[in-house]
Amino acid sequence: MMLALTYDVGNIWLDSLLGLLAIIVLMTVGALALIWLERKVSARIQMRLGPMRVGPYGLLQTLADAVKLVGKEDMRPRSADRWVFELAPFVVFVPAFVAFVAIPFTRDWAVAFLDLGLFFIVAVTGLSFVGFLMAGWASDNKYALLGGLRAAAQLISYEIPMVLSLIAVTMIVGSLNLSDIVIYQGRVPLFVWQPLAFFIFIVAALAELERQPFDIPTAESEVVGGPFIEYSGIRWSIFYLASYTNLIVYSLLGALVFLGGWDWPLGREAGLWLQVLLTFGKTMFLILLFMWVRFAMPRLRIDQLMSYCWKVLIPLAFLQIFLNGLVLVYGWPDFTLLLTSGAGLLLAGYIVDRTVRADPRTLRMVPANPGAAEPAAADSAGS
Amino acid sequence: MTVAQVIFYVVAALAVAGGLGVVLAKHAVYAALFLIVALIAVAGVYILLASEFLALVQILIYAGAVTVLLLFALMLTRTSDLPEAMTGAQWPVAGLVAALLGGAIIATVTTSDWPGDEDGMITRVPFDDLGSALFQQWAVPFEIASLVLFVALVGAIVLAREDEPEEEGE
Repeated sequence: MMLALTYDVGNIWLDSLLGLLAIIVLMTVGALALIWLERKVSARIQMRLGPMRVGPYGLLQTLADAVKLVGKEDMRPRSADRWVFELAPFVVFVPAFVAFVAIPFTRDWAVAFLDLGLFFIVAVTGLSFVGFLMAGWASDNKYALLGGLRAAAQLISYEIPMVLSLIAVTMIVGSLNLSDIVIYQGRVPLFVWQPLAFFIFIVAALAELERQPFDIPTAESEVVGGPFIEYSGIRWSIFYLASYTNLIVYSLLGALVFLGGWDWPLGREAGLWLQVLLTFGKTMFLILLFMWVRFAMPRLRIDQLMSYCWKVLIPLAFLQIFLNGLVLVYGWPDFTLLLTSGAGLLLAGYIVDRTVRADPRTLRMVPANPGAAEPAAADSAGS
Repeated sequence: MTVAQVIFYVVAALAVAGGLGVVLAKHAVYAALFLIVALIAVAGVYILLASEFLALVQILIYAGAVTVLLLFALMLTRTSDLPEAMTGAQWPVAGLVAALLGGAIIATVTTSDWPGDEDGMITRVPFDDLGSALFQQWAVPFEIASLVLFVALVGAIVLAREDEPEEEGE
């Protein structure tokens, strides 16, 4: 599919149509494959086999699940607000879909090469919180509303460190064009020069994706599924599809901006096949990283989530921008970027380590309900 | 009619419909959601005017961040249970002011000399120029604006925490 699209079709409408088709196919197949992969990865981590019955190694399991979901009755609570309730899944889905438009998969193929591509993706994906709020409010359910508000607060808060870490990178490259950013990394990918920004990006992406340890908006043991609580059938599966599409988008973004995208190593010289392979391989690496984190970490509490964002990640992101500014203004050689950013990463590691090792009794904690001793809600069942 | 004109009319109709929805919706949450539609449609107009940067900022800041505050306030308070609060006794006055303002804007637009009018082309401003104008030429006003915002933020926190007892031991 992608091969055919590197030829110039000539007609702008046909070209856009083919591009959209390619994205739709990529997204649907990608999401189906990722759901299967996630179940397999989680099974392996928990010493199980995972889906094995439908097809070889359970490959067709998600397809069967999808058929079941489409066939399910599309239910809506009587007291729900009809239009807002029914539109909410699409408002979550469309931003994730639109973000694909600006992503250059290889040197020659993207639906559109935008000069402000990075900014476009950040701005558009930032809109998905509206859908979560709509779903939470329209369900007319206390848990759904709580989950929706949590989702919006989390998405808005973690967008700031994510944007700041990307700004730090664009300072080095001097362009918001994703192709320029990839080409800049021809010999050395940016995670070498900007390890702190890469760390902040990974953590913020985990939070934006609402995956463990940041799946607080949909935490089963607290808000029983959050904004999705009243959804079933096709609308619920659209939420699910959007979540996996976002996983692909953020992994692609990380692969392009920090891991050298289609260019490093030797992508430009070796041609299309290596470029596709590089983009795919790096994206898969990030996706597997996100999945691995999901099944290895306990869930945070909402106050821990917020203070980690505002008191740790955002100051560190500003530190990264400040250090980059120093290096750029005084024209210091490139390796000072690695030194300063690496020192910042060590600082981040020290902060996390100190918090993890601290004796819980000496921590100043705000009890949820005064009087009752509050154990950390970290031992949740997972999904 | 060119393609750009068709797109313009679609986007402009969306913006107007969104704006009317904000005013006419019976429900405060509906009004906030219509506001998002109107803001995104205005971003579409910016794209047609070849100012992509402004359009993306509009989406990121106005549609993405400002409306979340509105929605938060509406969903956490009880305004949604009081639909009659949406139409006050002053609506004729508000309508008159809105009509006057709209008339003034239309009069200004039709009588002004716009710089691009001679050749009918849009003058593009590269966003590098925008950045250097904002952060070099006009850096001091920019910093003053951020200082004002910072003071407002601190003031809001002080006001919000006024009735809580001071127990921070650090």
